[in-house]
This record gives sequence, C-alpha cells and structure tokens, in this order.
Amino acid sequence: MTSISASIATGMLLPKAPTGISGFDEITLGGLPAQRPTLVCGGPGCGKTLFAMTVLVNGATMYDEPGVFMSFEEASQDLALNVQSLGFDLQGLADEKRIAMDYVRVEKSEIEQSGDYDLDGLFIRLDHAIKSIGAKRVVLDTLEVLFTGLGNTDILRAELRRLFGWLKEQGVTAIITAERGEGSLTRYGLEEYISDCVILLDNRVEHQITTRRVRIVKYRGSAHGTNEYPFLIDDQGISVLPITSAGLAHSTNNEAVSTGITGLDSMLGIGGFYRGSSILVSGTAGTGKTSIASSFVDAACRRGEKCLYFAFEESPAQIIRNMRSIGINLQPWVDDGLLRLESARPSLFGLEMHLARMHREIERFKPDAVVLDPISSLRGEQGEVHSALLRIIDLLKSNGTTAVLTNLVSGQLVTDATEIGMSSLMDTWLSLVHLETNGERNRGLYVLKSRGMSHSNQVREYVLGIRGIQLVDAYVGAGGVLTGSSRLAQEAADAADETRREQEIMRRRREIERRRATIERQIADLRSSLEAEEEEVNRLIDQDAAWETTFTSNRNAMAARRGAAE
Amino acid sequence: MSGLNGQEQIVSDKLGAGGEAIEDGHYNLRLYVAGNTPKSVAALVNLKQICEEHLAGRYRIEVIDLLENPQLAAGDQILAVPTLVRRLPPPLKRIIGNLSDSERVLVGLDLQPLK
Repeated sequence: MTSISASIATGMLLPKAPTGISGFDEITLGGLPAQRPTLVCGGPGCGKTLFAMTVLVNGATMYDEPGVFMSFEEASQDLALNVQSLGFDLQGLADEKRIAMDYVRVEKSEIEQSGDYDLDGLFIRLDHAIKSIGAKRVVLDTLEVLFTGLGNTDILRAELRRLFGWLKEQGVTAIITAERGEGSLTRYGLEEYISDCVILLDNRVEHQITTRRVRIVKYRGSAHGTNEYPFLIDDQGISVLPITSAGLAHSTNNEAVSTGITGLDSMLGIGGFYRGSSILVSGTAGTGKTSIASSFVDAACRRGEKCLYFAFEESPAQIIRNMRSIGINLQPWVDDGLLRLESARPSLFGLEMHLARMHREIERFKPDAVVLDPISSLRGEQGEVHSALLRIIDLLKSNGTTAVLTNLVSGQLVTDATEIGMSSLMDTWLSLVHLETNGERNRGLYVLKSRGMSHSNQVREYVLGIRGIQLVDAYVGAGGVLTGSSRLAQEAADAADETRREQEIMRRRREIERRRATIERQIADLRSSLEAEEEEVNRLIDQDAAWETTFTSNRNAMAARRGAAE
Repeated sequence: MSGLNGQEQIVSDKLGAGGEAIEDGHYNLRLYVAGNTPKSVAALVNLKQICEEHLAGRYRIEVIDLLENPQLAAGDQILAVPTLVRRLPPPLKRIIGNLSDSERVLVGLDLQPLK
C-alpha cells in the first residue's frame, strides 16, 4: 500500500474515468484510463458484461458521460432485461439519449465470404452511435464473436488493431470484453492490441462455493493494487472489496465502552472495552458467546450507538427470541433502526463474498459496533480465513468501530482458539469455559488478554438468568475455586459454621452472666453475715458499756455508803 | 464507376421502381459500401458481372454508401464492407467481401452456377 500511496501523485497525471463501482476506483486509484481502451477478460459467467454495463451506466448517471454499448452477443432488449435486476433502466437512459445501444448480430450461417473486406461498417456504426449522443464511453461486448462469425482472422486482426487505434483517436474511454483463453488472457490474444489496461475477472469454485475475484493485470502509466480482490454482484450492483489494509495507522481511542455486564466491566482495568478495539469471545458450545455479544449490543444501543450484527448460524428472529429469554430485548433497537441483524448461512457464498457483503453493509450502515457471530463458521482455507478476517478487522479499526467476534472452539484447550491465528489480531480476548465438577457444568469466564489495560486474572463464574448475565463472586476456599452447587454447598457449610460459632459465644456469655450472678449472690451473703456479726459485736459493746456504767454507779453508791462510815 | 454516391439503383427488371409485386425469381440486392474505395468499386463491378451472367433481366441492385447514411448500418446489421444483402427472395442472405470469388457469391445467392 505504501508504494501505491507514494505514487498517487504521479498516478494522477494520467486522466482517469471513474467507474463508480465502490472499491474498484480505490484499487485503480481513480478508475479506468480515460480516453483509452481497457480490456476486461474472464471466463464465462464471471460478470464481464455486467461490469462493463455498470461502468457505462454509472458514467451516464453519475459523471455525465454518455455511453455506447455495442453488444455482439445479446440483443438490446435482452440486455436491458438482464441488467434491470441491478436497477439499471437502460430504456429510460436510451430515451434520454444518455445511453445508446447497438446489437451487432453476427451469424456465421448467414454470412458468406467472397474476397477482401474490411470492418468499416462497424466503424461507421460506432461512429454514428458515438456522435448521436456525444458519447464519452464505449463498451464492445464481446468482440471475439467476430472471430467465430467471420472467420478470416488475418483481416480481423488488422481491423481490430485499426479499431483500437481509432477508438483512441475518438477520445472515448472504451471497455472491450473478451473471453478468457487457455493459457492466455484472451482466446484470440486481444491483449496484444490493448495494452493500456487489462482487467481480469475470475469466478472460482472452491469447496462448491463460487467466489468472484478481480485483478488488474496491468495498467500502463498508473500504479494500482496488484492483488486479487473479491467482488460481489447482487441486487445492489457490483462492489469490489479492497483488501489492502491502510497499514497499521489506525488512530486509537482511549474511551471505554461498557460490555453490558457489570461484573465484566469491573474485570477490565478501564471499566469496559476500548472503543474501536477488536474483541474475541471464544468458547465451546453453549458457553454463552451469543449472549455476551448480545449484552454488548444491548448496552451499545442503550447508549444510542448503531450496531450491525452478522449472524451466520441463527436468523434474526431466533436471536431476538433467544435473547429475550435472558432478559435482553433487542426488538426495540431493531425498530429504532439502531440495530441491524444480518443473517446468512456461511455456505451461501464463499468467504470472500461474505466479506464483500459485510464490507458493503458496514460502509453503508456505518455502525459504531459490529458483531460477527461466529467467525468459526466461515469456511475456507486457513490462511484465507485469516487474511479475510484481517481485512474486515482492519476496515473496522480504521473506521473506529468496535468489533465483537465470537468463535466456537471444539475443545477445552485455549490453543484450539488460535487455530486461525486470531489472537494476534485481537485486542481483548474473553475465554468462556465449562467448569466440570461434581457432575455438573458451570460457566466460567476469564479475560485471556486485554491490550492496554490491567485486567482481572480470575476465572469468574457467571450465570445466564432472566435478568441477563450475572457474574458471581468467585469462591476461593481451601479446596480451590468452587463453582456451581459445590460453591453453594460450601457457602452453606460456611454459614452453618458461622451460626455455630455465634451460638457458642452466646452460650459462654450466658454462663458468665450466670456465674457473675452467683458470685454476687455469695458476696451479698457474706456481706450480710458480716453485718450480722458486726451487729452482735456492737450489741456486746453496748452491753459492756452499760454494765460498766452500772458498775461504776453501783460502786460509787457503795463507796458513798462506806464513805459515810469512813 | 465514379458516380458511386449516395444511393444508386441499378435496375434491370420489368417492375416498378418501388420493387412492389416482385414475382418469384426476382432478386432484390443491396450492396453496402463505405465511400468510393477500390474494394467498393471492385465489388460493384463483380456483382454486375455475376448478375448479368446469371440473373439478366430479373434483378435490382441498390448501392448504399454508409458514409452518407450511417444510420442504415445499424438498421441493416452491417458490419463488414462491402456487404451484399439479398433482400429478395427470402431468406435474407449476406455476402461480405469484394465478391471476387464468384463461386462463393453464387452459393451465397443460392444460384446454381451455369453449366
């Protein structure tokens, strides 16, 4: 890509005619060479005619360049019918004199040859058609019919050489389609004459799935993407998926977006995922990958962000119903236009087609968050899946879109999830595991990695309930981390212990009280006996004092009596 | 053949100018050319010769110069020049080239060569 970007400046020297095909103008840095012939070759059914027609119609409708379509294979009416499915109104354009169609019928059985001839008739027809609408673009589809119809290749070759020279002189941007030959680009070697730009369309079947690809074989005087790019033909026309990533120059965003699960937010250092990062949710069957992705979608829609959900295994209705059972109602978001659910069976198209489709939907819907559920159902060569996902992630990153990818892994081993080398592409990786103990399976979640933030190292048990996903506090006991009913049992046992301890304390307290009462009673007894004793003593003292007084008075009385005698 | 301009009719039949009510065995031929080129001249000379030899008195030749009437090229499905079109009798037949190979012309016109 760097070489391409560097030469954009020089590439601009060559005037280009934009094709209006999304993606194609990017890989050619502007379109086809203006006022020069371009050869579009490919096998049968690879979309040559549609490609040429799209360039012509886009030229007429988007760039004000009327065009002439000279068909050697299909009558004008048939052609108009065929491209109607792409939304092209050829008849209308013809009536407005923006498109002129000419069907050149070449039937070998109707033509006898006698002597020398030239193709002036064709030149005159073309010239007349170009002049009648002031055409700037011309399509010749497929000139090779002349070889089978007329037979005299010597004359034809000379005439075709003259034709291409003449087209250049007319200053029209021409597209010449040609059938692909064995071992060469075209069956009759037209690439020898048209050397300005050669485009190869391809339609390959791998694993019973066809994938259309386009490659710029050469583009004289201009840089171009050299890879094979997948392209898509459907009711929306042609779109090419430019593969080349814009290097690794994505701007980063420090904003955190909630995962929609409170407990999970707190496991991540910044309280959620980084906006614009890529998150992988891997786990075995039934671990709740879709539920986690849906929680995130629900949270994003709650914030008013647009989400695009690509489901490869469930229909939109099925997802909405299933998520309702865990209390996530996605229907209002779909109704509000915030959420789009796109379902397609992985086997419906090839990998590249899926990507091209996703690419187009992303470009159109411009979501803030995208879910791919699950990426493991995208089938293809390992390297292809990887490169395809890399491209889609690059696109999402360069758009600043948060991506949640779920991945079904077959075993319990973490390494299984790295089968397609996803790890290095991912910023955050949540691993969902089944914890199997005591005859039950419980769901566990841990953050395997999360770039640019601290995160919990715990395996947290979570339950899918009617109010969404709830993370349960980890129970770390003597026997390790416990989950499920063993956690509950342990918690109950702990509670019983607690009660027992409390009862013991109460009992002891009561005993102390009792003893205190006893002792105080004894103290009171002792005190009362002491008081009784004291009373006795006081009484004796009083008696004694009384006796003393009596004795003294008696003696005095006696003395007085005696004293009288003395 | 200097006067090969525009539409030229060489009539050698006993019918009206419009060619209406042509009886069986009458030939209505058109020769498409592009300008007064040696090929065109040769084609007309060759055609006249063949017609005189095999169709004396029952043919009509129209010469159409596409440079003057380019719109006719598309209408009559002309690709190569010179092209000889047998408009009548049906079916429509086309012979391209300067008609130098009279055998091929006769085959193309469904005429048996003279014994």
